[in-house]
Amino acid sequence: MIDASIHRVTGTAVPIEGNDVDTDQIVPARFLKEITFDRMGSYLFYDARQGDSANHPLDNPRYAGASIMLVDHNFGCGSSREHAPQAIRRAGFKALIGASFAEIFLGNCRSLGIVTATADAAVLAQLADAIQQQPQTQWTIDVAAATVTVAGMAALPVRIKDAHQQAFLAGTWDELIVLKAQEAAIRERAKSLPYFSW
Amino acid sequence: MSQRTLYDKVWDRHTVGTLSTGMDQLLIGLHLVHEVTSPQAFASLRERQQPVAFPDRTIATMDHIVPTDRISRPFSDPQAELMAATLEANTREFGIRLMDMASGKQGIVHMIGPELGLTQPGMTIACGDSHTSTHGAFGSLAFGIGTTDVRNVLETQTMALSRLKVRRIRIEGALQRGVYAKDVILRIIADLGVKGGLGYAYEYSGAVIEALSMEGRMTICNMSIEGGARIGYINPDDTTFAYIRGREYAPRDWDAALAYWKSIRSDEDAVYDDEWVIDGNTIEPMITWGINPGQSITISDSLPHVADAADPKSFQDAFDFMAFTEGQSPESLAIDVAFIGSCTNGRLSDLREAAAIFRGKRVHSRVKAVVVPGSQQVARQAEAEGLDRIFIEAGAEWRHAGCSMCLAMNTDRLEGRQLCASSSNRNFMGRQGSPTGRTLLMSPAMVATAAVYGHVYDVRKVLNDD
Ligand code: SF4
Repeated sequence: MIDASIHRVTGTAVPIEGNDVDTDQIVPARFLKEITFDRMGSYLFYDARQGDSANHPLDNPRYAGASIMLVDHNFGCGSSREHAPQAIRRAGFKALIGASFAEIFLGNCRSLGIVTATADAAVLAQLADAIQQQPQTQWTIDVAAATVTVAGMAALPVRIKDAHQQAFLAGTWDELIVLKAQEAAIRERAKSLPYFSW
Repeated sequence: MSQRTLYDKVWDRHTVGTLSTGMDQLLIGLHLVHEVTSPQAFASLRERQQPVAFPDRTIATMDHIVPTDRISRPFSDPQAELMAATLEANTREFGIRLMDMASGKQGIVHMIGPELGLTQPGMTIACGDSHTSTHGAFGSLAFGIGTTDVRNVLETQTMALSRLKVRRIRIEGALQRGVYAKDVILRIIADLGVKGGLGYAYEYSGAVIEALSMEGRMTICNMSIEGGARIGYINPDDTTFAYIRGREYAPRDWDAALAYWKSIRSDEDAVYDDEWVIDGNTIEPMITWGINPGQSITISDSLPHVADAADPKSFQDAFDFMAFTEGQSPESLAIDVAFIGSCTNGRLSDLREAAAIFRGKRVHSRVKAVVVPGSQQVARQAEAEGLDRIFIEAGAEWRHAGCSMCLAMNTDRLEGRQLCASSSNRNFMGRQGSPTGRTLLMSPAMVATAAVYGHVYDVRKVLNDD
């Protein structure tokens, strides 16, 4: 079996500023009319990256090659559609660090193996500063220790939801096999509910 | 930790076990499927030659991409046609009932569940759509999920979830004339914020909620997600039971059903993690002015000032996008488009409220008004009552059922910078199809009023004139 465990994420980071960045900004709805996720990466933040005045961080050469996003509060709010985290992953991102994340988005990220971590304002400010000072410096997120280390600095504390941390370390972030192993218990539970037979 | 709430009881009854990660494996009682978030999940099952575990507990419809003007097949948009054909092929192959356009039961997925009597108290419900929270109006735990979870539910009828905290939101007193369920939920979101519900399930209760019809209750639960709460629910009562009785998929053993449904209500001495109380008499007609559903004011207020905001950057971004002036009166906002519909406000009572405003009046010459029933059933009922004639005579378009301009995945969309008064649930930038199009959320009666006057206007003044 393939080892799907995720112990650390390394890469450079890009800042995506603003609270309440919604799933329609991440992938505008008109791009959802595809029956596969294959092309989603190319639609990431599509509208914000169009037009003459567009200077989106994702198109800024300073942050080229980034695989970690630094975000603000309530990132990923809105729709439950997985197109948003799929776009993020397919555009090459492996982790997001922010002040807070929308609930469904957070779970979708986990099931795709995207590490999400939250941090205090002071830590986020230090990280934002680090990007500005040296945008091409490698960061390392240590999942077990729940820290992020920017080369040349001391490790900074982040928070990773317990269940997510466990799932990343054990390689069970895609839970299908774990869920499926309970087939007998599932049938039992279904029988115990009155409405399954109404 | 909450105790003895409906949330706790229904969760416990559906827990298959606790996983090594600490998450619970939850059995899903009803799985609703639509064309946008399911194709990749079906493809995954097909690749690995796996069946759907409980096809009987799974129901599909098409709503997001269906055109609402010309519905003959093939659809004019080849991508929409491919999505529809894919859902038809998938449901046939995996043995799932599909409420398609020819069934007479097609509609927005969150409309048809309740209408058909599929949505019932004490159930867990999942659907690849964030407004699944709507079904909580019946006292179910209803989760919006991503496509990986859609696959998991298809294949195992379960998903992994962490327990939420429970916040009771009590709306006491009574609503004034001209104030609707939509205003109640917009007020809740204004009070608690768009991220106030992160980590919570919302239980709505109090005299105002108890007095609401099931349709009003659905409007409130629908927008729980806009307040950051993944699920919202209301304890089932006689209003709930009366709504379900006699519907196509209502339980045949009614007494057993009632016994179960009453048993899962929150106990009198239930323990909540948090509580929030609003005096219903103080709720006024609400409109959003910004780019998230929390950026709202009452119709009696003026637009805010950036300097006064707790989060000035988000207010500045909103003003930049909307091109409004700080301190401006909402009644000075001239609209181009009026949209009545969506899973928030596309039900019969919404159409009746809008028709009451349109009756004997004309849509303003500058405004394009579109009325889209949420389901084929609603369309038939509205036509039987003659509501369609009222809309058409007022100069509004009367359409077929679907999501339509709520997110503009079909052919209906804003153009350029158009400003739309909308009864839908999201005023995100670009939501209604034009990347620069602008949305004002409000109740259907307020949308109808804006359509007639050509600008935002207090519906209470119109009702008082009658
Ligand atoms: S009406 Fe709008 S919010 Fe509701 S399911 Fe359709 S697109 Fe989503």
